[in-house]
Amino acid sequence: MNPPLVVARDLTKAYDRGRVRVLDGVSLEIHAGEMVALWGASGSGKSTLLHLIGGLDLADAGELSVCGLDPRREDHRQDLRRHHLGFVFQLHNLIADLTVEENLRIPALADNRPPAETTARLRELAEAVGIAHRLDHRIQDISGGERQRTAICRALMNAPRLLLADEPTGALDETTGDTVFALLRTLVRERGVTIVLATHERRFAEQCDRMLRVRQGRIEAGE
Amino acid sequence: MRFLALVFINLRRHRLRALIGVAGIGFGVAAMLTILSIVNGAIGMFERILAVDSQYLVFEKNVSDLFFSSVTDEQVAALRKLPQVALAQPLLFGLVSSGDRPIITCFGLEADNTRLAKARWIAGSQADFGKNPEGIWLGSRAAEFLNAKPGDRITVGNGDFVVAGIFATENGFEDGGVFLPLKTAQEFFEREGISSVVAIKLRHDSEGEAFKAAVAAAHPKLLALENREFNQGYTQFRILHLTAWAVGLCAFLLGGLGVANTMLLSVFGRIREIAVLRVCGFSQGQVAALIFGEAVAIAALGVALGLTLGYGALFALEHAPQFQGYVQAVVKPVMFVGIIVTALVTAVAGAIYPARFAARIQPAEALRYE
Repeated sequence: MNPPLVVARDLTKAYDRGRVRVLDGVSLEIHAGEMVALWGASGSGKSTLLHLIGGLDLADAGELSVCGLDPRREDHRQDLRRHHLGFVFQLHNLIADLTVEENLRIPALADNRPPAETTARLRELAEAVGIAHRLDHRIQDISGGERQRTAICRALMNAPRLLLADEPTGALDETTGDTVFALLRTLVRERGVTIVLATHERRFAEQCDRMLRVRQGRIEAGE
Repeated sequence: MRFLALVFINLRRHRLRALIGVAGIGFGVAAMLTILSIVNGAIGMFERILAVDSQYLVFEKNVSDLFFSSVTDEQVAALRKLPQVALAQPLLFGLVSSGDRPIITCFGLEADNTRLAKARWIAGSQADFGKNPEGIWLGSRAAEFLNAKPGDRITVGNGDFVVAGIFATENGFEDGGVFLPLKTAQEFFEREGISSVVAIKLRHDSEGEAFKAAVAAAHPKLLALENREFNQGYTQFRILHLTAWAVGLCAFLLGGLGVANTMLLSVFGRIREIAVLRVCGFSQGQVAALIFGEAVAIAALGVALGLTLGYGALFALEHAPQFQGYVQAVVKPVMFVGIIVTALVTAVAGAIYPARFAARIQPAEALRYE
């Protein structure tokens, strides 16, 4: 088995001054090349767990290592976001009045990558996810499925080892959702990207390599 | 797309807000440029009145305004006898009214005064100055607004005079003034034997200190200052300068608040978007730099707008007949640079809080924000 990219031990997280406990002693390991589903109902804590892994939020207690880095440290968080992680959200979180291409250039801009290298990368990725013909379209002018594919493309721009997808099909119709999920699976197979997918849809969770059920802030058991 | 391109893309996307910020800085720049240039010009004109063909000014000590300074004819004669002095030209200032003009500067001067020689005579000549006992001589602007021609009889203050000559100078104050022979002016203003100032030309530039010492020893109630010293030390000039900068800085303060408001609105309206940038790898510094970059771009556009408006306003004021040529704007390089630097500093200062706020946005929290 590949070495773990993510190692979490007894992670806890609470909001509202500790009154709302969202994660309660979560431990897990995710290995390189896996596609792991965090499956559970809304409010179960799966998105919070994903945010902790991505360094978007900090755990109150517990140990966490992602790609060998410590997300509690600002410099490590930045390194993670620039070089090791990609994010896909339920709401695509693209900048609506920029073009597809401008959105795709943002991660490279953060990392000061040469424009020529970025251009080659974004064209290759856009071709791979099927949005090459939309590069000069504004986000507001493309469909929901195309937006989510653009978001996936943006998440892959800096060639991350780990893709964190938070309900990526949640805002899409069934057919488009299937297409986006298939795209994510293809990425694992063809590019070796590790994916952690937070979803409330069992049919997608079941198609992943592993399914971790999240309930009331705990991981119950692997299925 | 480069970082700078993103700055301009953001401004384009929020163009109304950006335009408000640009207008705020632009009006500040225009106000400061206009006010300072006019004040500089006015001071320059006054300096030139005092400093025609001279290096030193002698006037009464401890007077609040040169109009109240008194130098006696005896003192003028004594100054002329000093070995350092090549030329001493007394000048009496007074204010008169005529027709619908409540304030006109009246200059009393001797017939051989250098400024008369340097003037462009439209009617009459320097040789005739003072020869007509009822005569008054007009600056070309004064002749225009008094609608007077040579030979016309006009009322100035309580006196009736015949226009004996008209001449043009490059100085707006002089051009809008009236001139009398020194003796006539002294009688007219009931200041017999008195001048306001004496402009001194030295035989040698190196004799300045000796001249000042001689004046201090012989005339303790008089003060001799080199023109440069006078310009720097004269209270009225300093008040004018300070007032101009204060008004200009107030205009900038308003512009700065405009930028702060614009940037703050811009940041508040983009919290989710800034969170996305952070998720994509932007550091806190890069987010702050983006906001500062937008503020500096707004300032740069504001400076361009302000300079255009300012120069336009100065051109209009200089050519407006209502101002009788009194507006002669002088744009000094230091002032020009100072205005641009002030605009940039104002914009950056206005962006400090918005940039700090933007840099501290927590991505997870902001992505939940709708």
